[in-house]
Amino acid sequence: MTTAPLDKPLSLGKTRLGHTTIFWIGFCVVIAVLAAAPLILSEFWRRFLTEVLIWGLLAMSSDLLIGYTGMISFGHSAFFGLGMYGAGAALLLVKPPNLWLAILFGLTGAAGAALFVAYFSTRLRDIYFAITTLIFSQIFYVVIFTWTSLTGGENGLIFTRPHLSIPFIYDARFTSTTMHWFVLAVVTASYLILRRVTQSPFGMVLQSIRENEPRTRAIGYPVARYKMMSVMLSGLFAGLAGVLYAVQNEFAAPNFVYFLTSGDTVIYNVIGGIGTLVGPIVGSGFFLLARELLARMFGEQFPYLIPLGMVFIVMIIFLPQGLLGFARRWLNR
Amino acid sequence: MDAVAQFFNAIPLDLIIIQTVNGIVTGMILALIASGLTLIFGIMDVVNFAHGELFMLGAYVGVVVVAATGSFWLALVGSALILAIIGAAMQILTLRPLIGRDPLNTILATFGISLVLQNYALWQFGPVSRKIPDPMSSSFTLFYLQYPWYRIFIAALSAAIIGGFYLFLKHGKFGIWIRATAQDRVMAQAMGIPVPLVHTGVFAIGSAMAAASGVLFAPTTGVDHTMGLDWVLKAFIVVVVGGMGNLGGSIAAAIFVSLLESYATIWLDPSQAVIVSFVVLILTLLFRPTGLFVPTPK
Amino acid sequence: MSAADDSATPLVLVEDVHTYYGKSHILHGVTLSVAAGEVVGLLGRNGVGKSTTLKTIMGLVQPSHGAVLLDGNAITGLAPHKLARMGIGYVPEDRRIFRSLTVMENLRTGLDRDGVTADRRKALLDKVFAYFPVLAERRNQAGGTLSGGEQQMLAIARAMMLEPKIILLDEPTEGLMPRMVSQIGEIIEVLHQEGVAILLVEQNVPLTLAASRRVYIMEKGAVRHHCASSEIDANDPVIKQYLGV
Repeated sequence: MTTAPLDKPLSLGKTRLGHTTIFWIGFCVVIAVLAAAPLILSEFWRRFLTEVLIWGLLAMSSDLLIGYTGMISFGHSAFFGLGMYGAGAALLLVKPPNLWLAILFGLTGAAGAALFVAYFSTRLRDIYFAITTLIFSQIFYVVIFTWTSLTGGENGLIFTRPHLSIPFIYDARFTSTTMHWFVLAVVTASYLILRRVTQSPFGMVLQSIRENEPRTRAIGYPVARYKMMSVMLSGLFAGLAGVLYAVQNEFAAPNFVYFLTSGDTVIYNVIGGIGTLVGPIVGSGFFLLARELLARMFGEQFPYLIPLGMVFIVMIIFLPQGLLGFARRWLNR
Repeated sequence: MDAVAQFFNAIPLDLIIIQTVNGIVTGMILALIASGLTLIFGIMDVVNFAHGELFMLGAYVGVVVVAATGSFWLALVGSALILAIIGAAMQILTLRPLIGRDPLNTILATFGISLVLQNYALWQFGPVSRKIPDPMSSSFTLFYLQYPWYRIFIAALSAAIIGGFYLFLKHGKFGIWIRATAQDRVMAQAMGIPVPLVHTGVFAIGSAMAAASGVLFAPTTGVDHTMGLDWVLKAFIVVVVGGMGNLGGSIAAAIFVSLLESYATIWLDPSQAVIVSFVVLILTLLFRPTGLFVPTPK
Repeated sequence: MSAADDSATPLVLVEDVHTYYGKSHILHGVTLSVAAGEVVGLLGRNGVGKSTTLKTIMGLVQPSHGAVLLDGNAITGLAPHKLARMGIGYVPEDRRIFRSLTVMENLRTGLDRDGVTADRRKALLDKVFAYFPVLAERRNQAGGTLSGGEQQMLAIARAMMLEPKIILLDEPTEGLMPRMVSQIGEIIEVLHQEGVAILLVEQNVPLTLAASRRVYIMEKGAVRHHCASSEIDANDPVIKQYLGV
């Protein structure tokens, strides 16, 4: 299913550009815009955009499961939360706080959770899997909430942001702009990696599992193992999002581990378009922006989830492929 | 002999009996909620994430009716009726269009509905919890506790409602329609049974049952917009442990899980005791995934 | 020579129907008709689309092209439960009785309809129990406990409860002992005497030719041959061509 680059030119008017070229041009344009943005935005919107990217990364990791492997998971709050707490642990335990150690700890934590979830969950089909991942989120939530001595319980952990330190090259505090650029770099790299994965033979098998699991198994693929790897990969990137969140906001709290966070993630996926990888990022942008605008127009107390929830439901019924769904084929070539 | 006597003295027998009673009471409420959930799944293959919110709204409607009329019974019946209508509307508007599509869609749709309903309740009623006063304030002495008669009453009434529903299923035209549809949707249609109507009806019944549990349970704790969340989680566990679509199984599982949790609170903090139900679920999924209380794994 | 239909409107008319399962093109323009009270056979090898044709008539599968008419009115696209109420009975392959319902409850799924008086109910039940005494004996037993032949009888009896104008019978003799096969033949005759039309899908050629007035033979999703049953017998070259191994 992999097309050789510049194979079939798209008919874009009179231009004779190959699909790959158009994709990369578009990609570079988007990155450039996102990189330039903090220079012209106010502080609030700068941080806002960074948060959109972080939640987008979380949703993107979830897309690997939902859009490509066909497994709905409510477990991403656990991976995200453990990434967050892992980073927090590193930043609290090791002085001076080190960014890369935080990432390492966070990814390890998330990987552990993913392993746990993967082992139990991949033996189950759709509904059971979804419920089980939800339960696992709650297990982690309860443990984190009640093990106050370790995790700070209800109050969470507070820590300081590390320096952005690239050994021998650079060492300085983050500004909101450099923070943004760091997050953008991480998210972009994640996207490229995930894109590579979904277009690889491994990714093709995942999609085959989504299309028709029994047949994939009948052909001879060890479906459970593929599903486990998918969960692990997904969990790692979710954990990475958690680390970024911790570094950006300097705290970790149990409510992020509550399954509703996973629910939010799934909403971004559906609104943005599942199976597109970038769709979820767009979805999170749309959702968070709408929330912000509603709060500004109607006040903080406005129950924004009522209209947004209804939009979500309407989209499932009438536009299940999401905002970017029309581009799904194109983005995956 | 001394050691044996010492062992028996160490077991807090009075606590165990109290917790058994508590476990059965909670278990019956949970059974009522789970029955509706498993029924909906068994008939239509729909995992109703919004079920906890139907429970919660039922409790709130109860609050409103009691405040307006002072009658607990009116609250119970009224809430069940209103939520039956809301449930039917929900099914017709959002779930019927999704028939035939990937079941993942209904999970997402009902999840979306649960968010909308939760936030609606928060917006409409505010974050402070409300209360329904006990319809009967007398209590009896159970060891060193003044145990409210009311709790026994709700267990009995839940059992009665479930029993009544079971009879309804076993006799009468609609009971046959429901059971036939649950067994073989296609042939039920071929026999002239209006299956879309059966689906809506079942959803309405499930909603009414959830609402009734909400009203029954409300006097024991406060009513707030998050009460649905914890219960829906437990209800899902019960439904899976009892065998999805298996009515008797979910009732047995509800009592089983509630008893275990109640016993656990003797030694653990209540917020930690919930782990018990999680553990039961994990063990079930590992060893008997079709359900602990299903006679033979299919 | 083809046995042309009467000038009267046929009871059921299937007109140039194309049906797909996903991407598979199963029916390639099937056209057939059944007159009121007529027994018509539908023969063909496994997989040619006979069952799919019945399912299309019953509304269980929607055609992508073409029409199905009942008494001259288009019924394509109507829900199966409506069609059942309008007089189409369906006895599927592998019977599909409600296993956890009792025999009586199975019958009631068809019997519990609006407009059936208590007298009518009793009359229908009496009639069905007279034809199938075994069902009367087992009336409170769960459907799943019946033998294969008994389940087939129940499936037919259940369809009869709808007092249908036409019954779609899908391979009723499959998996039955020879004694039961002839019993099925008798039941078809009885139904015919009552004026119920039957569209009989079968692999059993002699039974089909004996029971029906006309036969259609299908191959690869379309009707390839159509004649009166009296014109051919089981050894006819046409039969060998389309049903031979």
